[in-house]
Amino acid sequence: MLDIEIDGKQLQVSDGITVMEAANQVGAYVPHFCYHKKLSIAANCRMCLVQVEKAPKPLPACATPVTNGMKVWTHSEQAVKAQKGVMEFLLINHPLDCPICDQGGECQLQDLSVGYGGAQSRYQEEKRVVSNKDLGPLVSTDMTRCINCTRCVRFTTEIAGLMELGQAFRGEHAEIMPFVEKTVDTELSGNIIDLCPVGALTSKPFRFAARAWEMSRRKSVSPHDSLGSNLVVQVKHDTVKRVLPLENEEINECWLSDKDRFSYEALNGAERLTRPMVKQGNSWIETEWSVALEYVANGLKSIVAEHGADSIGALASPHATSEELYLTQSLIRGLGSGNVDFRLRQTDFSLDESLTGAPWLGMSVANIGTLDRVLIIGSFFRKDHPLIAQRVRQAVKKGMKVSAINPAFDDWQLPIANKLVVSPDQMSRRLLGILKALSDQKGVEVSSVFGEALADAVIDDGVLAVAGSLASGRRVAVWLGNFAIQHGNASDIHLLAHEISRVSGARFGFLGEAANSVGGYLAGAVPFGKLKGKNASEMLSTALKAYLLLNVEPELDCASGFAAVETIAKADMVAVFSAFKSKAALDYADVLLPISPFTETAGTFVNCEGRAQSFYPVVKSLGDSRPGWKVIRVLGEMLGLAGFALDSIEEVRKASFGGQSSVDESKLNNTVSREGAFVSSVATQGLQRVADIPIYFCDPVVRRSSSLQATKDASEPVARMNRRSLTQHGVEAGTRVRVSTGRGQAVVLAVEDEGVADGCVRLAGAHLLTAHLGTLNGEVSVERL
Amino acid sequence: MVEQSFFSVSGHVNRPGNFEIPLGTPFSTLLEMAGGVRGGRKLKAVIPGGSSAPVLPGSVMMDCTMDYDSISKAGSMLGSGAVIVMDESTCMVKALERLSYFYFEESCGQCTPCREGTGWLYRVVHRIENGLGRPDDLDLLNSVTTNIMGRTICALGDAASMPVQSFVKHFGEEFAFHIEHKKCLVPKDVQHEGSKIYVA
Repeated sequence: MLDIEIDGKQLQVSDGITVMEAANQVGAYVPHFCYHKKLSIAANCRMCLVQVEKAPKPLPACATPVTNGMKVWTHSEQAVKAQKGVMEFLLINHPLDCPICDQGGECQLQDLSVGYGGAQSRYQEEKRVVSNKDLGPLVSTDMTRCINCTRCVRFTTEIAGLMELGQAFRGEHAEIMPFVEKTVDTELSGNIIDLCPVGALTSKPFRFAARAWEMSRRKSVSPHDSLGSNLVVQVKHDTVKRVLPLENEEINECWLSDKDRFSYEALNGAERLTRPMVKQGNSWIETEWSVALEYVANGLKSIVAEHGADSIGALASPHATSEELYLTQSLIRGLGSGNVDFRLRQTDFSLDESLTGAPWLGMSVANIGTLDRVLIIGSFFRKDHPLIAQRVRQAVKKGMKVSAINPAFDDWQLPIANKLVVSPDQMSRRLLGILKALSDQKGVEVSSVFGEALADAVIDDGVLAVAGSLASGRRVAVWLGNFAIQHGNASDIHLLAHEISRVSGARFGFLGEAANSVGGYLAGAVPFGKLKGKNASEMLSTALKAYLLLNVEPELDCASGFAAVETIAKADMVAVFSAFKSKAALDYADVLLPISPFTETAGTFVNCEGRAQSFYPVVKSLGDSRPGWKVIRVLGEMLGLAGFALDSIEEVRKASFGGQSSVDESKLNNTVSREGAFVSSVATQGLQRVADIPIYFCDPVVRRSSSLQATKDASEPVARMNRRSLTQHGVEAGTRVRVSTGRGQAVVLAVEDEGVADGCVRLAGAHLLTAHLGTLNGEVSVERL
Repeated sequence: MVEQSFFSVSGHVNRPGNFEIPLGTPFSTLLEMAGGVRGGRKLKAVIPGGSSAPVLPGSVMMDCTMDYDSISKAGSMLGSGAVIVMDESTCMVKALERLSYFYFEESCGQCTPCREGTGWLYRVVHRIENGLGRPDDLDLLNSVTTNIMGRTICALGDAASMPVQSFVKHFGEEFAFHIEHKKCLVPKDVQHEGSKIYVA
């Protein structure tokens, strides 16, 4: 510890921190632009110059390490004179167009110029003008306002992992720009808007929509990925105008992924369902809530009476709130059926009875940075979990070694120490290999259950490297990604990963598919436990008589795509609870019930680390739409079911998962044990489909955000194969091909991609173009058109 | 033993070149070695240590010896040892304009005071040279240079400031004349004559 004095205040600080950090500790604000706590030190704005005893000239607080006995004055005459001098320089070439600038009112330069700027400019010369840059559909530029702090450059390089912006030219001609003909395509790009201390980078979707002071700021939670980023939703006239991060060091730090930030555009889009609608004959008529709910209640009653309770079922979205999921399963179970599921893209449910709790990350998100070895199995990590990947990216800089096994890789923008590119049917054999090698290296016996299966183990250099990496780690984690969950033999992978983590002494966890993947289990929205029933796959293979769809668009959200729609369409009654009016629903549904999206309802998401985050409506429900929990509750009462006399969201919450913010850890458990010997299905298949769920197709809200849909990540799915597979199947890259399964086909462009394993074709799911294939996994054929 | 040092004499001398002399040699000796001021004209000013060192009037320089102490006492520095000699045909405003342009162009743009300040300095001097000077420009130049000096990451900010400060300090009258009369104290034809290419 060092003794220093700042502005006359004595304090003890730890060695190695900067004057800026020390000043923050005593609450002395040092004006700054380029300094940001999460970015490297640039010291280029020179705004944070402070007076230091014995220093001949003012020193930048952000770049000056503290020394013992140091005396610092942040607001002495010398310091302020230096700060004012720098401010004048910053302003001489700044356009001072605050009245027409979107940053006005929340601009660091504007704020600090009040304290440090002159009343009049002494600069009488011509001002610099910088041409604007095209950074893509999310970030709008006014580069003349840029003060060259390079925060955006450092962000893309350090946090997002790829240098997409840079400073070109010299001196007064220096400009921030993307690479020639390139845009900023990182899935974290929106953060540069927050980082920009001036109005050079502003939000394109939000442009000129409101002033910072006109909006109220309301807390919420992101309904998209499993992290549950904390949001500040800004609202004007009961409309969501934009979304900003709410800083939470344990979850999203001060960042947001673009998905969390820009998805709000869908909330006021044209496809919003605002009135209850009932199908009469072939036409849809808008009606009252009472009529629509009565229709559903009577329909359910008569179907249960006629065909038995097992003929009804509910499919819920993993992006639905815990309260909605709880009430949905209560309703179905109250009617005597166990047919409820929210794991829509999963196809292998054989471990359901062996689960000992809700599958979760197995550790806290905040602790990711302390790991030194990670094995990620079956994940399109960077796009599926943008901010968890960001944490891993930072941890890698501190020495973490990442191993990954997946059938296809795009650039994770972080160094992967051991990368196994393996086709889906070979994943089990490699995992067996890793298990065997680990057991040899660690001297830990593999459970006898795997005894016979170990004969199938494939041990090659890659497998040995992964095993070696895990064996040498002290704080190790093994994570299953979304692809592993959606894998045709997900249970094999789960069991193997579990055993690998046991043998290596690692933490074992699931990265989690969606905002409420953990919450869904806790709410009991699964067909096991209290009252057993059919799982999502079973419900969609043979038609039930009645379906309740909670925020589900089966053609895109379910593994079987349009095949699911065909099954559902055969039912006598399909009631859709949704915030949106999807085209397909107009065909198969009988009732459309407008329920509120996350901004208009109270609810809870339980994120991958088991943290229950509750939120409240930030705006009024649009039109006649109502919070889902209220709608299902009323429906339950109309059906005369017990346990639906819940008056407040808190009561539902309590019934759902106890209501406390940290979920009872005993309910979170990744331990599985299956009776009998492990038999892995190692049958080699032909050309296999590898379906990623692209970041901007994955749920109904992001699919309708027009700006996100204009990004490169939202481009049409293509069939990616490596050169060998292309030649083998007589297909040329750049031509259209027909990809077909037994159920349907898709015509897409073939693209050469060396990141895809041999014998695989990577073709995205959750898109109308590929939804006719009827499955996410398995064999496909590819032929030239 | 007296330390030897190299000086690179350029500008208005008859024999520009590199000279190895003991430190402490009078400047007048060095000037003689370089063949004296060309055309027999009067010495006006000398930058003793490269373009970033403060300029000194010729009369001051003639009393100096070429060593650190003497030059430092006179208000400049030995710097790189690149001695730039200017005779009476030199317009000091034009000379400063050229120097300031150099620093404006050389600024890398990394930190604020130099990126913004060097352009400001050049533009003001350029304006004065072109008859668009304002009465408070000299104060402005001084003020801008103090805001740059000591506030930058590297020494280029200081390097850009010192010529401006010293030119204004020692040749302020010439700048004032420019501003007031919109023309140079040194007649154009004299400047023209002085700028002719020297043939030995």
